[in-house]
Amino acid sequence: MMKVRISDDSLALALGADSVADAFAAAGAVVERTSSWGMHWLEPLVDVDGIGYGPATVDDVSAILDGTSALCIGPIAEHPFIKPQQRLTFARAGRTRPLSLEDYEATGGWAGLRRAQAMSGDAVIAEVTQSGLRGRGGAGFPAGIKWKTVANAPAPRKYVVCNADEGDSGTFADRMLMEGDPFQLIEGLAICAHAVGAQTAYIYTRSEYPHAIAKLRAAIDLAAAIIAPLHMEVREGAGAYVCGEETSLLNSIEGKRGVVRAKPPLPALEGLFGCPTVVNNVLTIAAIPHILSEGGAAEYAALGVDRSLGTKPIQLAGNIKHGGLYETAFGISLHDLVYAIGGGTASGRPVKAVQVGGPLGAYIPPAQFDLPFDYEAYARADALIGHGGVVVVDDSADMGRLARFAMEFCAVESCGKCTPCRIGSTRGVELIDRIRAGAKVLDPVGALPQMHNAPKTARTADQDIALLEELCETMKFGSLCALGGFTPYPVLSALRHWPEDFQ
Amino acid sequence: MTNERLQEILARHAGSEGPLLPILHDVQRAFGCVSPDTQQAIAQALNLSRAEVHGVVSFYHDFTEETDPRPCVQLCRAEACQARGVEALVEAAEAAAGNRVRIAPVYCLGLCSVGPAARIGDALHARLDAASLARLVEAA
Repeated sequence: MMKVRISDDSLALALGADSVADAFAAAGAVVERTSSWGMHWLEPLVDVDGIGYGPATVDDVSAILDGTSALCIGPIAEHPFIKPQQRLTFARAGRTRPLSLEDYEATGGWAGLRRAQAMSGDAVIAEVTQSGLRGRGGAGFPAGIKWKTVANAPAPRKYVVCNADEGDSGTFADRMLMEGDPFQLIEGLAICAHAVGAQTAYIYTRSEYPHAIAKLRAAIDLAAAIIAPLHMEVREGAGAYVCGEETSLLNSIEGKRGVVRAKPPLPALEGLFGCPTVVNNVLTIAAIPHILSEGGAAEYAALGVDRSLGTKPIQLAGNIKHGGLYETAFGISLHDLVYAIGGGTASGRPVKAVQVGGPLGAYIPPAQFDLPFDYEAYARADALIGHGGVVVVDDSADMGRLARFAMEFCAVESCGKCTPCRIGSTRGVELIDRIRAGAKVLDPVGALPQMHNAPKTARTADQDIALLEELCETMKFGSLCALGGFTPYPVLSALRHWPEDFQ
Repeated sequence: MTNERLQEILARHAGSEGPLLPILHDVQRAFGCVSPDTQQAIAQALNLSRAEVHGVVSFYHDFTEETDPRPCVQLCRAEACQARGVEALVEAAEAAAGNRVRIAPVYCLGLCSVGPAARIGDALHARLDAASLARLVEAA
């Protein structure tokens, strides 16, 4: 009997993978549900003995079984999107059944944990440090140093918290990892807990990801005996974007409003319930099992550029022809990502900009597409790589409108703790509206007769733009967390590169 | 009856650390909202003030104080779906919804490479156009 493999990743499900799978089963094929290869434009992708067909619908089933389907893309592993990738974190993507302990073990699962358990916590931390792994959530803080701080903090209780609150538009790598390879995340957390001496690990993820939550909970139950005595639990967020910020996230787990905490104290010293806590992103934790397996740390450190070592799962999204997950060593250019790999826009129109790093990331014009994927290179270009989302927009995009959206998003999602973010974002929306309306409107408060020192003439567009820039500076340097602090990136980059869209 | 179900939810989370959010999720799912009376009962059970519970309920988008019996279609309005033309579909979705269905924005369903995307309950839909979205809304 023919064996057919179809992803049960929620993106494939959103495109009808279940009905395609049912149709194959009805036609007599054995259907196996696997993780997704990450070639999203081909989903639902049907894998018949390594040969791929996609995007498949129920109507394509008989031709695929006959081998006559025009959807054939040849051997999946040899596909030009897959072959050049350096997949370490996503090594199992497309190849295994997400909740199969057997598949996980057969592909090297638990090797890192077993080796780590035979080592002292300090030795594990030394290997993580040696690998050069930095936080994949965006901040890029060296994982080994954070772990060491927690390990050395004297306290009766310690925690490991996985920040799986992937709220950035254009990112889906965490979701794919949680749905497609949940044991890898569990193994990484268990290694971390062993290294720092934590008894409890929480995975905090989004209510917008119901499939990831279900998979993780099932996987934790299956792996309970392997990770014992470590207690691991999934906590579901409740739709607040700011809870992706680590201190808001800790408040949220504690059952409080997800407001930001001022630092210091660092969560590594006073984190969850006041105890020393490692807070790491999904992809940071998921890189750990490979690093802890034999020789993994050296292999990891040999990849990448400068101080950005190892691989980075990059998410190609938005108006892009070949969107999906692309894992490669740091240093790849945006030009290669957008054109060579992504195939340009899905609409066929010219690329206008890409936003890298989510709603708080800068818009980058094609003239700067030689920028290498590297934490420091992006910082120098007034941009950030964040969680590695690459959102392409074509020339029909109105950058002024997108800048306004960034401010509005910040206003809606601000936790309200600090003034630059809470007030600044609302004022930012008003200012952009005023600039784009082109109207010289006198500030209503300034017009009051008792406001003796207020200018009695309306600001010109140039003055309003200068004010917007000043407001952005205030938000950047005065906000407590990245929400207020980074919203200026999309706004200022849009203003700098596409001033005509603000007229 | 309501009280029994609430007590059952509270008992389920007894002894867990920081149980408020999991409790609120269960309550929202069971009753379609977290009413002021329920907030009072939760506060009492967790030894919190009613204001503290109200503060948490009002902070998070997922919790509401009143029920809305209409089916809800969450349409992703974030940048990646905007880049794929979601804004042009909003009017068609709202027309199909009328007063019968609630169209709510959501900021990212993690389907950013195949947008526009929508969620109804736990079912996801992607690569939507005006016609397929209108059909979804009508069937919701």
